[in-house]
Amino acid sequence: MKGENKLNNLKAGSNLEKVLASGHFACTGEIGPPKSADFHHIDMYAEGMKGKVDAVNFTDNQTAIVRLASWGAALRLLYKHGMEPTLQVVCRDRNRLAIQSDLLAAYAHGIRNVLCLSGDHQAFGNHPGCKGVYDVDSIQLISILRKLRDEGRFECGEECKVAPKFFIGCAVNPFADPFEFRVIRMEKKIRAGADFVQTQCILDMERFEKFMDLVRKEGLHERVYICAGLMPVKSPRMARYMQTGVPGMLVSEEFCQRLEKAENPKEEAVNITIDYIKRCQKIEGVHGVHIMAVAWEEIVPTIVEKAGLLPRPTF
Amino acid sequence: MIVAERKPIEKILEMVAPYKKILVAGCYGCVTVCLAGGEKEVGILASQIRMARSKEDNPIEVLEQTVERQCDAEYLEKFRDNIAQVEAVVSLACGIGIQYLAEKYPKTPVFPGVNTLFLGANIDVGKWEERCMACGDCVLDKTGGICPIARCSKHLLNGPCGGSQYGKCEVSKDVPCGWQLIYDRLKELGQLDKLKEIIPPKNWLRAKGPRTLVREDLTLER
Ligand code: SF4
Ligand code: SF4
Repeated sequence: MKGENKLNNLKAGSNLEKVLASGHFACTGEIGPPKSADFHHIDMYAEGMKGKVDAVNFTDNQTAIVRLASWGAALRLLYKHGMEPTLQVVCRDRNRLAIQSDLLAAYAHGIRNVLCLSGDHQAFGNHPGCKGVYDVDSIQLISILRKLRDEGRFECGEECKVAPKFFIGCAVNPFADPFEFRVIRMEKKIRAGADFVQTQCILDMERFEKFMDLVRKEGLHERVYICAGLMPVKSPRMARYMQTGVPGMLVSEEFCQRLEKAENPKEEAVNITIDYIKRCQKIEGVHGVHIMAVAWEEIVPTIVEKAGLLPRPTF
Repeated sequence: MIVAERKPIEKILEMVAPYKKILVAGCYGCVTVCLAGGEKEVGILASQIRMARSKEDNPIEVLEQTVERQCDAEYLEKFRDNIAQVEAVVSLACGIGIQYLAEKYPKTPVFPGVNTLFLGANIDVGKWEERCMACGDCVLDKTGGICPIARCSKHLLNGPCGGSQYGKCEVSKDVPCGWQLIYDRLKELGQLDKLKEIIPPKNWLRAKGPRTLVREDLTLER
């Protein structure tokens, strides 16, 4: 990643890619679309994040609950607010036909960043009896996007005349098991075509640092941009719940206790996030942060500002 | 084997409500082994139906017969005499047997007495687990002999999702993560390198509709 001028050799040319390629510490936000047919909250949070983040993720039926489509929310951001979206795509709800078709439309509309995910199992959501699709997995999805971009071909091999050229993202979860496999899996994602990584939210900094040691040992930080996922958690009860009740999450005692001891847990949540941002900035191989303030989107601008991440670079 | 479970008696009584004389048809194959539709279960169901109906003052005559396999035309022939006497049949074979029986006796309604669940193994007394989904292109060589299609809740082919923790699947603490099992097994075999291979999108082999197998080496003999 070092040494060459990546700005002259962009894969998709998105703002996020430019920020990362130019060596800036990236900062992205996230908005969970509502369970209703209106843009009210999206508009509100988007205005708050304007100029404060490099791109905004839109989750794709997060936790398997029906929500306004991520592409619909992403287009709203693009057209109404002139901001850059990152489209999340999960493998749970669509087969390779539907996914590729959605991506053609997304690209034609101007969406440039895509984050490829397996998706939470349908058992978690509000339609647990539905049939999960999982026609392709997240690594296969990454390879489909890469094939479209670099070879101009669909998964089937047929030519795509005007092929979408996305900046391809993937998730990495340093907190899931088997721990040793997580680095192998990350390497597979890079080999499949991932350009950037957003990690599962880090609520256990030590484990993340340990994970980054392994990442550096394999040299993966030089093959992909790594954005550390951070989540401000506003109540100690929530933190404890995530410690035991959410599969694939680790929450350190330190994290829980800081919230529990605080007089004002909301303020402390902001402080912890800022501390973690600063720690991430010191870790070799971390190229940015992705702030997921689930159900607390309005706090993102405050965090970004207090963490000293402003002004954001423009191109 | 094919694993099935008996339907609740209420459902079966609903199906046979209009009839006065029926046959309960069992199978000595998989459903005998998984204790859902063998000779013994045929007897139990038949008496349950008789008792329920006589309680309602609406008696029903129930014949009982079990054959070697209901998925085989030769054995289905054995039902002919009994089926000629009844108005309907409740089959306790798997979904395949039930359909094949119905196909061979088109004039008699045939009802399912079991729910056919999955292809699995009897792993403990009274406990069966899914092991294969008949995908048609087996990958067990790459995954340490553990099926990622049947045993990973998302049928993932390239490793565990982010929900795998403490050996369990994100779907439930009672479900082992299929990919943790694969990882452990490959580690034991000294074959962790196999996990580095990127397995491309799978051909689910549905392009020809319902799947068929034709073996010319055998058909030519006829
Ligand atoms: S890969 Fe799994 S589902 Fe496919 S044939 Fe083998 S065991 Fe069955
Ligand atoms: S936790 Fe394991 S078994 Fe469950 S969906 Fe994820 S990889 Fe598959």
